[in-house]
Amino acid sequence: MGVSVQTHDFDLGTEVASLRADDAGAIVSFTGMVRNSPDGTLVALELECYPSMATSALTDLENTAVERWSLTGCVIIHRFGRLRLGDQIMMVATAAPHRGDAFAAAEFLMDYLKCDAPFWKKEHTKSGSNWVENKSGDAERQQRWTAQKD
Amino acid sequence: MKIDVLYFAWIRERVGKQGETVDTSATTVGELVAELVARNEAYALAFSDLAVVKAALDEVLVDLDTPLDNAREVAFFPPMTGG
Repeated sequence: MGVSVQTHDFDLGTEVASLRADDAGAIVSFTGMVRNSPDGTLVALELECYPSMATSALTDLENTAVERWSLTGCVIIHRFGRLRLGDQIMMVATAAPHRGDAFAAAEFLMDYLKCDAPFWKKEHTKSGSNWVENKSGDAERQQRWTAQKD
Repeated sequence: MKIDVLYFAWIRERVGKQGETVDTSATTVGELVAELVARNEAYALAFSDLAVVKAALDEVLVDLDTPLDNAREVAFFPPMTGG
């Protein structure tokens, strides 16, 4: 189990390997990457965060996922600061005896993280800078977890 | 009461500072926003559309009608865009 809010990069392989255990039959991971802006001129992606709340919000999410699914392990890492095209932004990884719980918990963590974890993206492109707006679909994706239990 | 106020993302840019300690008579988060808005144009612009302003009281997301009680810190920011 572990949550980290950090500026430095992470190694996905190392993090996934840390979840290997005798009772972990399935490990699922998701990695969020810096992609190009729609006009293809991204120079940098700036991630701002509210560090103390980010850590507590991600820890709360992890605890909720562990209570709801049968997880043997969980890792959530989110970076902040100035990132470049192709950089890793964040990752979640979940381990469980069977794949169903690992997949569901990983998707739950991502859907809640998008709406509840205090991070904000600002795109710097060749033509200027703009704050990324949240997507209306994000709230809907989050709400389906309260409508449908497992 | 005195409370630490933090601003993030474009709300921080519009207010022009990361945070400040405010001496307030407000009893709710929304009343504090109204006090700030009355100060000057920068605050008024930052809080011009409350539909896109979120608040956290001592690091927990809250609605604007939440009482300040004896909170130590309140933060204002736009909808999150992490992940």
